[in-house]
Amino acid sequence: MATRLKTPLSEESVRSLKLGETVYIDGVVLTGRDEVHIHALEMFEKGESTPVDFKGAALFHCGPIMRKTGEQWEVVAAGPTTSSRMNSLEPSFIEKFRPGAVIGKGGMSQPTVDAMKEHGCVYLAITGGAAVLAAKGIKSVSGVEWYELGMPEAIWIMNAENFGPLTVGIDTKGNSLYAAVGAKVKENEKRARSQLGLE
Amino acid sequence: MVTEADVQDAVVELLRKTVVRLPADVKVALEAAYGAEVDEVPKMQLKAILDNIALAEEGVTPMCQDTGVTIFYITLPRNATVAVEKAIVEGVRRATKEVPLRPNAVHPITRKNPGDNVGDRMPYINCRVGAEDHIEITVMTKGAGSENMSQMAMLTPSQGVKGIKEFVLNTVLRAGGNPCPPMVLGVGIGGSADISMKLAKEALLRPLNKRHEDPAIASLEQELLEALNLLGIGPMGLGGKTTAIGLNIEYAFCHTASLPVAVNVQCWAARRGTVRIHPDGRMEFPTHEGVS
Ligand code: SF4
Repeated sequence: MATRLKTPLSEESVRSLKLGETVYIDGVVLTGRDEVHIHALEMFEKGESTPVDFKGAALFHCGPIMRKTGEQWEVVAAGPTTSSRMNSLEPSFIEKFRPGAVIGKGGMSQPTVDAMKEHGCVYLAITGGAAVLAAKGIKSVSGVEWYELGMPEAIWIMNAENFGPLTVGIDTKGNSLYAAVGAKVKENEKRARSQLGLE
Repeated sequence: MVTEADVQDAVVELLRKTVVRLPADVKVALEAAYGAEVDEVPKMQLKAILDNIALAEEGVTPMCQDTGVTIFYITLPRNATVAVEKAIVEGVRRATKEVPLRPNAVHPITRKNPGDNVGDRMPYINCRVGAEDHIEITVMTKGAGSENMSQMAMLTPSQGVKGIKEFVLNTVLRAGGNPCPPMVLGVGIGGSADISMKLAKEALLRPLNKRHEDPAIASLEQELLEALNLLGIGPMGLGGKTTAIGLNIEYAFCHTASLPVAVNVQCWAARRGTVRIHPDGRMEFPTHEGVS
């Protein structure tokens, strides 16, 4: 059975998640990519507060395509973007804002793995390109902040229901599925090479 | 008489079908991959892909937010009188609004986005004259995540088949989970630097279940595909048996002193579509038969 997580995510629920486990999210999903990280960290330095509270949040690395009908925003497509672009910013973002989960594709590097372990945050992998499925889990959009950063870079406040499937790619114990797969691929490369008559 | 407006309509319809629905051979390959996986993680990734494909078909929405850039291959009858290329450009413009497609085409230096997927040499149109009396238009909508992982190399002839295998293997290892695997590899061998890359892309137009007619090339395709699937990169790079669902090779004769090789990387959303427009106006979509 897949685990259902409700936002705001408690540290306890996040710390109980296991690597490779499938989860779905109910509650609020906040989008945030490059600019949101940069902007929020700048505000923190200045001692200003951000328009949304990231504590226990599900932060989604996503630059969605949105459509406005009347006053209401609606999601057209909301697939993940490559998380590694946020590698240099995520550790301090996690330390300062304490999100409970980061959602994206491709995984993140060791400093983020370490920050997740220390502060109780997980990385949830969402299937790349599966934008229609992702949009299906978003029932409505309750607002947008920092729209001036551009549609893909703004913070979209999305109401999610059964948002997923998501795979726990980095847990709170310092384990990363990406690192594990990378090590296995290195091992497997030898088999592939010998099968191809190389070396 | 087929008019420019007919061709334009055909192009809009072709683009809609192409970004919404995968050709049968790709879908069958993804379903087979789902069946072959045992572990929960890769199974879940493939299930998400298959569910997403079904939802896209149901809602007639693009299956992925990246609807790519449009690359066309057209075959014109000898006596063609309609301005097919102009109709394609207008068709892309209309499809961007009507389907809709994401406006992806930008100036390479200024990065200015005109917003309609049209600019200098884009849509890119490869054109040839054929023996038949119908117009055939094939389009590939190529996303950036996978295209960015493509590579080409000028090997020395002495590196031979081993060099080619090495290059394909290294390209896939370097790509890892980035191109939204399971991937399809198009491999172009020979010709010249530019021709090898063109062949690599054209190789992606061949159905995944059709091997090259030259048995030696066909067995090289099979051998490479099997070896790549030993790597365990898996769907989305999260591990699993399925790293690639297809590998097609095309070749051309080349200079005796060179051995160009190119790999064009394609993601699971291996979108391609063809329309045939007959002189009486009848249209056929051979890649999307039996579906509306
Ligand atoms: S690589 Fe393919 S599936 Fe992934 S986001 Fe790009 S176009 Fe979509």
